[in-house]
Amino acid sequence: MSPLDAFRIALRAIFANRLRSALTSLGLIIGVSSVIVLIAVGQGTQRGVTDQIRGLGTDLIFIESSAEATTSQTGALAGLEQSTLVQGDAAAIAADGIPGVVAVAARVAVDAQAVAGANNVGAQIVSTSSGYAEVRDLAIRSGSFITPLHDEDGALVAVLGARVADTLYEGLDPIGQEVRLSFVGGRITLGFVVIGVLEEQGGASEANDQVFVPLSGTAGRLRFLYTPAGDLRVTQIDVQTASGADEQRVKEDVTELLLLLHETPEPDFVIQSQDDLISAATEVSNTLSILLGSIAGISLLVGGIGVMNIMLVSVTERTREIGIRRAVGATAGDIVKQFVTEALTLSLFGGIVGIAIGVGTSFALDGRELGGQEMTTLIQPWSIAMAFLVAAGVGFASGSYPAYRATTVDPIAALRNE
Amino acid sequence: MIRLQDVTRVYSTGETAVHALAGVNLDIGGGEFVAIMGQSGSGKSTLMNIIGLLDRPSSGGYAFGGRDVSQLSEDARARLRGSAFGFVFQSYNLLPRMTALEQVELPLIYQGAADRKRRAAQALVRVGLKDRITHLPTELSGGEQQRVAIARSLVVNPLVLLADEPTGALDTATEHELMTLLSELVDQQGLTVVLVTHEAEVAAYARRTVRMRDGRIVEDSGAPLVAAAPDGPAR
Repeated sequence: MSPLDAFRIALRAIFANRLRSALTSLGLIIGVSSVIVLIAVGQGTQRGVTDQIRGLGTDLIFIESSAEATTSQTGALAGLEQSTLVQGDAAAIAADGIPGVVAVAARVAVDAQAVAGANNVGAQIVSTSSGYAEVRDLAIRSGSFITPLHDEDGALVAVLGARVADTLYEGLDPIGQEVRLSFVGGRITLGFVVIGVLEEQGGASEANDQVFVPLSGTAGRLRFLYTPAGDLRVTQIDVQTASGADEQRVKEDVTELLLLLHETPEPDFVIQSQDDLISAATEVSNTLSILLGSIAGISLLVGGIGVMNIMLVSVTERTREIGIRRAVGATAGDIVKQFVTEALTLSLFGGIVGIAIGVGTSFALDGRELGGQEMTTLIQPWSIAMAFLVAAGVGFASGSYPAYRATTVDPIAALRNE
Repeated sequence: MIRLQDVTRVYSTGETAVHALAGVNLDIGGGEFVAIMGQSGSGKSTLMNIIGLLDRPSSGGYAFGGRDVSQLSEDARARLRGSAFGFVFQSYNLLPRMTALEQVELPLIYQGAADRKRRAAQALVRVGLKDRITHLPTELSGGEQQRVAIARSLVVNPLVLLADEPTGALDTATEHELMTLLSELVDQQGLTVVLVTHEAEVAAYARRTVRMRDGRIVEDSGAPLVAAAPDGPAR
């Protein structure tokens, strides 16, 4: 029997039971498409996170207090009180002449309530200096960022993140308006003059929900920011390195300097380059991808079992057909060929439709909002190839055993079977 | 053409062994029209299955066309069965949802034969179904379905046609037409026909009658002289 004849016989059997064939394929369609979609989502998320980290700026090294690093953003105040990083550290790093260091910006981030007229919004208040916009690549929509002059004079001015401005002023020009920032659960409230609004930042950038104020202006008015020794606590120090500089070397030099300043043998801070963050995030999202892929893989396996189940039922039901075919000259090999071809055709049909649906769904999901987060999907050619091969393998495997069972059908009994 | 020597067939069903055939000796020459008669359980269908290579003897010898076929492998038996034997059963054993032409093509597919459509159509013409070629089994009468089954067994130009109660489900008029067709195939085309039946009226169409009881041949009218042709293919 030629392969074409085997294929014709398979198609005939598949079309004779359209609903059953469709439902059988459905298991594989769901399995294959979910493998492709979930891997695309996993890889897309990875791309999104890496882009977000790259979006923080270029060639950055972040130093955070160990205490701060273990505290959530909303509990920043509690963490701040334990922070061992002080403004003097930033100044020392800038003044030490470590090769490769271009700029240093310290910041204090605290959660606060921003109020303007009848509107209010929760925002993270970032107290920093004029260099921060450059270090973090922040573009201005209107007005200006904190200027070196503000660093000196301790003025109470504020630059609003795009979403904060839109919520508080609802499209009106906020420049020159007053925004009141309320810290520590309302115990301290200060009024600031808005001098600038940032461009909407791409992706899930935190800058959209932040308010930037000069460290010099707030520091004198917020007593809790000071250590008992009179140093100004900060939550984070950003160090920008020259492009092409050896970041690892800079990290080591900065670490050495800070250990000296803090008079401690073990670091009480965490120092990470953007590359460190990216590889940490990649590791997390790879784990996520594997997890999602495994779940989808299980559904693919279940789909394959479905195909085998139907083929087994089919062999039992078609005992008579098998007997007739044997009686008119079909060898055991012909019968095996017939059932394997049938299972393979069903599986490959399921695989191809599954790939089409998986790729289509991945495209449709790309850029959609899901739970406030923008989804990014990245279709992986290897996931398509893998899904296709698995579908083919499933077809072959799930056809083989029922096909073998079919050859054990006794033609005599089959033919007498009325 | 067919020579059975002391053939037995024992079925073991649990502890008890059933002797379906208890030593059968039978010679059938080319071009004979033999009826095997007997009650249910006399072993006539078992005998037919062994002749048609659907079943193997438990002991004894079977020579087909002068060649010992009792020790052939499963696949070799399937090939010989497909090319040398045609089967017709009481239940027509047609596959549902296939046209008459497709049913008749089936054996040719397994032979890998060329020119399948034309040969299948010719076989259907031979059994008088020229106008039913594209009909499905459900669109055919019982007699017509049985003719399709006969065409299917004839399409490979078999040497022997084995018919097991072929008219069991048919009315008398159709039975007559069908038996006349089988007689014509024997007379005009030199086909060997072995017919299993328990009805004397059906057996009367044959030229030789073999009676069986309890797995043995109890009566054999013998081959008529005219059909005592030498062994070997009569194609």
